[in-house]
This record gives sequence, C-alpha cells and structure tokens, in this order.
Amino acid sequence: MAAPDFEIPQFQEHAVLDIPKIKEGAMSHIKSFVAGQSAQEYLGYPWELGENWKERAIERMGEVLKKYRSVRVFLDACVHCGACTDKCHYYLGTADPKNMPVARQELMRKVYRRYFTFGGKYFPWLVGAEDLTEEVLNDWYNYYHECSECRRCSVFCPYGIDTAEITMAGREILNYVGMGQKYSNEILVKVQKVGNNLGLPGPALEDTLAGLEEDIEADTGVPVKLPLDQKGAEILLVTPSADFFSEPHVESLIGYAKVFHAAGASWTLSSLASEAGNFGLFNGNYETMRKVAMRIRDAALELGVKRIIVGECGHAWRVAYSYWNTLTGIGYGGEDPYSQMLQKQLDHRYPQPMHICEYTWDLIQKGVLKFDKSKNDHRIITFHDSCNVARASRMGNEPGGQFTIPRNIIRAVANNFYDMDPNTIGESTYCCGGGGGLLTDDLMEVRVKGALPRMNAFNAVVQQNGVNFLALICAICKAQFTKVFPYYGFDMSMVGGVHQLVSTAIELD
Amino acid sequence: MSTLTIIYTVLFYVATLVFIGGLAYRIYEYTRTPAPLKIPTTPAPTTSAGVVYRMAREVVFFESLFKSNKWIWVFGWLFHFGLLLVLLRHIRYFQEPVWFWVEFLQPYGKYASFMMVVGLLGLWARRFLVDRVRYISTPSDHLMLALLVGIGVSGMMMTFVAHTDIVALKAFVLGLMFFDWQPLPADPFLLIHLGLVAVLMIVFPVSKLLHAPGIFFSPSRNQVDNPRERRHIAPWAAALEREQA
Ligand code: SF4
Ligand code: SF4
Repeated sequence: MAAPDFEIPQFQEHAVLDIPKIKEGAMSHIKSFVAGQSAQEYLGYPWELGENWKERAIERMGEVLKKYRSVRVFLDACVHCGACTDKCHYYLGTADPKNMPVARQELMRKVYRRYFTFGGKYFPWLVGAEDLTEEVLNDWYNYYHECSECRRCSVFCPYGIDTAEITMAGREILNYVGMGQKYSNEILVKVQKVGNNLGLPGPALEDTLAGLEEDIEADTGVPVKLPLDQKGAEILLVTPSADFFSEPHVESLIGYAKVFHAAGASWTLSSLASEAGNFGLFNGNYETMRKVAMRIRDAALELGVKRIIVGECGHAWRVAYSYWNTLTGIGYGGEDPYSQMLQKQLDHRYPQPMHICEYTWDLIQKGVLKFDKSKNDHRIITFHDSCNVARASRMGNEPGGQFTIPRNIIRAVANNFYDMDPNTIGESTYCCGGGGGLLTDDLMEVRVKGALPRMNAFNAVVQQNGVNFLALICAICKAQFTKVFPYYGFDMSMVGGVHQLVSTAIELD
Repeated sequence: MSTLTIIYTVLFYVATLVFIGGLAYRIYEYTRTPAPLKIPTTPAPTTSAGVVYRMAREVVFFESLFKSNKWIWVFGWLFHFGLLLVLLRHIRYFQEPVWFWVEFLQPYGKYASFMMVVGLLGLWARRFLVDRVRYISTPSDHLMLALLVGIGVSGMMMTFVAHTDIVALKAFVLGLMFFDWQPLPADPFLLIHLGLVAVLMIVFPVSKLLHAPGIFFSPSRNQVDNPRERRHIAPWAAALEREQA
C-alpha cells in the first residue's frame, strides 16, 4: 500500500458514527478517469463533448423521463425534508454536502426543474432551478461517481426516493454526451468482447480450473471437479469472474465446487457466461444491461441446463434476481414465446435463478451436507450484508431471507459468530464503499472514506468480541475490503467469503 | 355584488380548475410512464395485499420516516395529522345538512390547528438549525412553510380571536358550488385565509406538494417482490425485445 495523500478517517468509540458537520467542496477534487474513444465508441457513445452537447443532454433527459417512472416521480416528490441527509456512507465519511442523497439528486433536479417544470422555467431562483452548464455537468460527473447506488437512502426516505435511480440516469446522460467513466465502460467492453469483466479468455479459464482441481485434490484427497462447458449438465453456475482469479474470491469458488460434489450434483461453468457481474446496471442503460445479461440466456440454452445458480456477488444477484426475467426471460410467468422457450427447459421445482446460498442452505436443511464446525474455530466471524443483496433482492421464500440464509449457513458451519451493530446491518447495512462502478484506484480516496461507517462498526466487534473474519457474499465487497482494510490497520486476510467458511468445514467422501 | 366577491369567486374557480386539472394531468403522466424494472426496496411484500399494507403504513404512520429521523417524524406527523382533522372539519362549509361525524369532529378539528402549526414551525426551525437541512433548503421551501403557517394562523385567528360570519361564509361557498353566487364577508382574516388557500391550490400541481400523489407511484414502495415468478416487462422494452429477437 502506497502512502495515501489524504487523511484516513479516525474510528469512533461507538459502532454508529456521529453525523459530521458539512464541509463544502471536501470531495470536489476527485474525478474518476473519463473513458477514451475506443470504449465509448464500442458502447455507441461519443467520446468528447460535441458542439451541441447541452441539447443532447436535455433531449436524453426527456427520453429518460418518459421511460422511467422512478426518475420522474423521484424528481417531483422530494420535499427537502432532510431525512436522508445523514444516511449515505459517502457523506458520513467525507462530510461533502453534495454527497448527501438529496443534494446528489438536487444536481439533476435543478436541471430538471429548469427545463421541464413550470416553476423552474419562469421562477428559477425561487425553486432552485439552474441552467445546464459545463460546471454543472462536471459536478454530475464527480458526484454521480461518488455514489455506489447502494439504496440505503431509499430505505429512509418517506417516499422511497432511491438516489441510485438518479445516479444511473445521470451516468446515462453523461455517457450520451461523451463523458463515460473509464473503469466501468472498459469492463463493459471486456465482458461483451471476451465474456467476462477480467478479460480472461476461455483457454486460460480452462487452465485455471484444472489447476484448482489439482489443488483441491492435493488438499483433501478427493477428486472434486470444476467442469466447464459441459453440455447436458443439470446446473449452470454463473459466478463473478473474480472467483476464478482473485484472493479471497477463489476460496468461495472452491466452496461451491465442494458443495456440488457433496450433493452429487451435475453442474458446469460456461466460458460464454463466465461472468455473473453486469456493469450495465451501474450505467442505467437498459440495452447494455440486457446485452450483457443475454450471454447467460444463450449459455443456458446452448448447454441445455435445467437450473441456473449464481455465485457470491451482490450487484450480480440484484440483476439476476430482479432483472433477468425481465431482460432475458430467465424465470417464470412469461407468456410470450421468447420466454417460454427457456422456461420449458427449466426444472420448475426450483426458483430460477437461484442464489448459491439458497442452494447450500437447502441442502443443509435436507441434511445432505456434513460439516466439522470445529475446523472454523480459529475464526471469530461477523457478516456484512451487501447492499444490493440486502435492499434490491431476496433469498428464499420470505422477505428478509437475504439476511437469514447467509447467517444460517455461517452458524451451520462455524461456532463463533457475532453480528455488527443492528443499525449497520440488514436493510440498514452500509455499502463497502466500492460498489456501483467505484472499485477503481482513481477513486481510492472516495473508497477509503466511504468505507468508514462499515469499518467503524466492524472495529467495534473486533474490539468487543475479538472478531477476526469478515464474511462476505459479494465479489466487489471482497475486492474493496481487501484493499481498504490495511488503511484502517487491519490485515487483509481477515476478509473472505461465506462459501470459504463452508469449504473449510465441509466433509467430503 | 362587490368587486371583492367577484375577485374571490373568480379566484376560486381558477384555483379549483388548476388544482384538479393540474393534478389529474400529473397523475395521468405518472400512470403513462412505465417502470421498466422491478425495484422495490427490499425486504418488500411478496403479494399485492402486502403492498397495500406497506403503503398504508407509509401513508398513515410515515414508517420510513420514523426509522429515519424522530424529529422530522414528530413534526411531520403532527402537521399532517393536524391538517387532516382541520380539513375534515371544513367539510361543514360544503354541505347542508352537515354529516354527524363532521359535527362530532368540530372541537377536535379546532385544536388540531395547533398541532398543525406546531408541526410546521418545528419543520421550519430545522431549516435554520440543522446545517444539512439548511444547505438543501431553497427559497420555495421557506415560502411553502410560510404559506401553510399563514393559512393555519389566519384560520386560527377566526376560530379563536376574531370570529367571522360563518353563516355568510357558508352561503358563499355553497353559492360557488351551485353557481348561485353570494357575497363574501369582507373580513381581513377570512380574505387572507382564502387568498392563501387559493394560492396553495394553484401551486400544488407544480410544486413539491406532488409528494402526495407521488408516494403512491413510487416504484420502490408500490412494487411486489416477485420477479422470479412473474415476468415484468414495460411496453417499450417488449418492443425492443421483438425488434432484436
Ligand atoms: S444510493 Fe447509496 S451511495 Fe448513493 S446516495 Fe444513496 S446512500 Fe449514498
Ligand atoms: S428523505 Fe426523501 S423527501 Fe426527504 S430530502 Fe431525502 S429524498 Fe427528499
């Protein structure tokens, strides 16, 4: 870790942070790298502000307003009550008032008012309406890339106003006038050209999987397989590509493989669908998100699988659970031939898609899996609810299953578990600070400061309960915490996956 | 008929038209705009009945606000519940004979005006005292509060201090309703009160008062959490799908 050129926030005594006084402009110096020509072109956007960028921006805004009720209603309904002002981890960590959810919305709302409402057209000073200038556009760029689209604000707003929807619309308009973000857009190119966010080609994937099989066998003496592109397999596992490569992600991949092995399941990975992540979500462009999701449908049809299971990844699970059915017909209840084509193939005894935690918990309940819990005794564990899983999806049949199922799994495979402060978990969970397309080095200051509320609550259980392991179910959370932990004086080996714990304790024969 | 009566008569017809027409247009616009993706803030109900229940808790108890900030909740709820009682009390100006429960509510409605004004003043104080709320407040936020406080206080003046001729007032209101115009008592508090109410009605469809219909259209609150069981697709998205299939 290089010495940071910014101040690392201090821990506070209580798990829940005090609300800072506003510091105007505290983060205005942060600007994520802008996407270059090749990525923008590939995605069908311009790569610099043209002559008529302003007209184009307003035009696009008008289209978004017609297509998305969320954006229209949210821009109209806010009463500036201030209830959301202290709910965003980026505000708590930076004190920049433009990181308060309502102020972030206001960046767009003032332009919306100016061009689309009566009050703003005729009395702009009265309602806080403003012309769209390059300065405003730059503010959009900065602060729409200091929002991880985590939806914490929407839980606490009396009208459910979800700033993430505004951020997505903002990024869509920015892209449309040639100001895309380098990090997200290059990933969107890689996933479409190569098949995954890391840009890992099929043969390399095959090698990696073979290597893992050898490692597991050397370790356990059991020939656990990680099949790739196996036609006729029952289950297709779609997982974030970080699981193939990065630490600690790969430990969870080993965990899934062991679970499948223990259950005697026929399963496969796919080189075409070697990425569960879908950064299309972050940019708010339906068509891009659909194109990226389509690879899963294509792979499922081609391999003829009956079930689709998704690995540990927060935003991927949001897209899979909430959007796959809409975007690609993976799910049930479609009456059109397009979605029926796939539905006919799927096994209707199971929900589609299914989260790996739902799958594992189901097997645990049926008594199919055996564990030696004491193998996890060196770990004192806490669990971080990932924002997209917590507030934009579900597991199991009951609302809130996304909170109980992962915890149930942890308790089934380990003896020492402590939750963090109740105000910082469940639906009130704090984002890791690196979600929503912010997981890039050029935003390190935002990421470190935005992680403060979570780190502070984590520190509290470290102090009180001696916690030494943060269990996660998200590839972005894993990467973010591994990077950010050292800044706060923790060792990155304290970060891991829920299926890593499963992997440690599971008994194979 | 006096000029004053004519002005107020016309004003109220205009205000009513703008209020109803404007609001109807907004609601039409919201209905016409699809929500292409499933975005209920979870955990969310898995049935429509559950959604109705969730919405009812939001509208009646301000559930999310309660989780969020107890001060705003207290003041906001005092104001809205006070306003509701006061409005119900006002039904008596629009009917003859008056429903018994409207009669019954009269004394409560009178004192509810205090709740309303206290709530408003509390919310207003936050706009000065809390730095975060000060930062996001616009002139129109202050004016809106001034308008509502003005309506409340002028009304209370007539209830508790300088009574107006309510028989004549009722004749005026019924006259408006049945196009049989009657003179309006030239009482300063009444004129202020009615003038401000008319302004409120006119700005309603073009202001943040749209939060009232807005909440019912908020996809994060009104959607059922069942995306795996039902295929949810907007017309424009279905068209896109057909085009690319
Ligand atoms: S969605 Fe999350 S990151 Fe964005 S403004 Fe709301 S709380 Fe902050
Ligand atoms: S809580 Fe909702 S209504 Fe209140 S200021 Fe925030 S976004 Fe606006």
